[in-house]
Amino acid sequence: MTSESQSVGIVETKFFHINEKIELESGCMFGPVQVAYETYGRLNEKKDNAILLLHALTGDAHAAGFHSKNDKKPGWWDDMVGPNKAFDTNKYFIISSNMLGGCSGTTGPCSINPETNKPYGLTFPVITISDTVKVQRKLVEHLGVKKLIVAGGSMGGMQALEWAIEQPDMVSACITIASTGRLTAQGIAFNAVGRNAILSDPDFNNGDYYGREKQPEKGLSIARMVGHITYLCEDAMHQKFGRRFQSKDKPNFDFNIDFEVESYLEHQGRVFVGRFDANSYLYITKAVDYFDAAGKYGSLEEAFKNTNAKFLIMSFSSDWLFPTQQSKELVKALVKTGKDVSFCEIDSPCGHDAFLLEFETQTKIIKSFLAKERRLHD
Amino acid sequence: MINHYNESKGLHLNYSIITDLIEKNSKVLDLGCGEGTLLKMLTDEKNCSGVGIEIDQKNAIKSIEKGLSIIQGDLLEWLQTFADNEYDYVILNQTLQSTQKPDIVIQEMIRTGKKAVISFPNFGYWRIRAYLCLQGKMPKSNILPFEWYDTPNIHLLTVKDIFEFCKQRNIKILDSIYMKRAKAFKNFFTVTMTNLFTEEAIFVISK
Repeated sequence: MTSESQSVGIVETKFFHINEKIELESGCMFGPVQVAYETYGRLNEKKDNAILLLHALTGDAHAAGFHSKNDKKPGWWDDMVGPNKAFDTNKYFIISSNMLGGCSGTTGPCSINPETNKPYGLTFPVITISDTVKVQRKLVEHLGVKKLIVAGGSMGGMQALEWAIEQPDMVSACITIASTGRLTAQGIAFNAVGRNAILSDPDFNNGDYYGREKQPEKGLSIARMVGHITYLCEDAMHQKFGRRFQSKDKPNFDFNIDFEVESYLEHQGRVFVGRFDANSYLYITKAVDYFDAAGKYGSLEEAFKNTNAKFLIMSFSSDWLFPTQQSKELVKALVKTGKDVSFCEIDSPCGHDAFLLEFETQTKIIKSFLAKERRLHD
Repeated sequence: MINHYNESKGLHLNYSIITDLIEKNSKVLDLGCGEGTLLKMLTDEKNCSGVGIEIDQKNAIKSIEKGLSIIQGDLLEWLQTFADNEYDYVILNQTLQSTQKPDIVIQEMIRTGKKAVISFPNFGYWRIRAYLCLQGKMPKSNILPFEWYDTPNIHLLTVKDIFEFCKQRNIKILDSIYMKRAKAFKNFFTVTMTNLFTEEAIFVISK
């Protein structure tokens, strides 16, 4: 990061409303939809300097800056978004929105169904990555954007790919970080364990737990614990916790939290239930599992055939949830279809989480990629 | 790692000779592109479009910083993914002698490229021969600065070897340029003489 890098300062989450019903991939007609979003920087006159940031599994619209003067925690990608940062708000108009099915301001299972005046719960339709992109397209059109660069890590990378594939008229560049064209069976398996933990929580009550005294906290926190195992890697866990005991240097000989790693997972689970909705977790992980660009189009080559974007694909050496091999498959398909693609596997000991941590290397690469894209554009 | 003599006269000469060889507006693939210096010259001076393959992460990032399209990874693995005749030129500069399977690399280069450009240090150069002959040790020079035990140059070759190789495989030699002490020559009369007096050779070949 350069010394001139700064924060975008105080930002505000805004809301956009889609009043008509939209057709979801499942065939279901759904609406109305509220979209929570934030923007940083200014849209230029040609309306072609926009970058849409796409959050990962449990992210939200708040990608950068602070919500108030006393706010201690900046947005989830603050290291990457701001003046002179990778996504430079001096040059670009940056948009970040909460995805459909989420629980941070965009319509999701915890929202009130206007037809029943009750939260949707499990009556919320099953959504796909394509549906979330459809909603985002309405938002960026509402904001007056004509051309767009899309960027995201993990599930956000899936959305970026979906954007490039399904909205080729709008997308000029696509940055996909620690992501894939489809999750491995192993990845689906971990999501399945998470969903099972929620579904089998006695307080889940078939998704109808809003306003009740007991919430499916246990299930959701176990789902998060499983998730956190997959975001790290063996080496990162060893470095962070080793086999150290929580407080003493000997075991308790009981089933309470003994090891530091247990305490870490328990903490992550506990914090998570305070900010996330169990139903949203079910819907969003399912959308991730369903995403399969090759399956939908017959092959990745076929999926990429009509794209007009330049691609930047990045992976991390120790990421086993979205392994480098899967990024390479994307790059190979792009190469075979004659598309402009750059690919970098970044050395990192941080596992899948690296995309939120290794910002210096990512900044260098993204800045250069965007500078080139900009030169070609002008 | 592969660019043994960075910033030296020889390397600049090598780059400008290759740049001269490439026609304007060509589509080029640069294998083992290092920090992207040559590819950048080709895009700036010859208006070429192109991709570089580079295995080293730091070099790959430096190339991307130059605004180039770069794929980080093993050159043969990626070379094999490109379609037949996809590129006007496939370039392998100062890298042939350090590939695991140089024969397959050359075959793949002329498959995906209408033309291929290879350059390599000539192990038949008289000083190299004299070094081995008189000192009885693995030769070292500006172009070959490594110890025998840590050299990336695992498949050293001579000008004569390339002539033989191309003949055996029906590969056309379209052009050749020989360098000695940072000067370029078209040839030194005969292949035997050329092999003796060439420090570094550049060949343009095709199917």
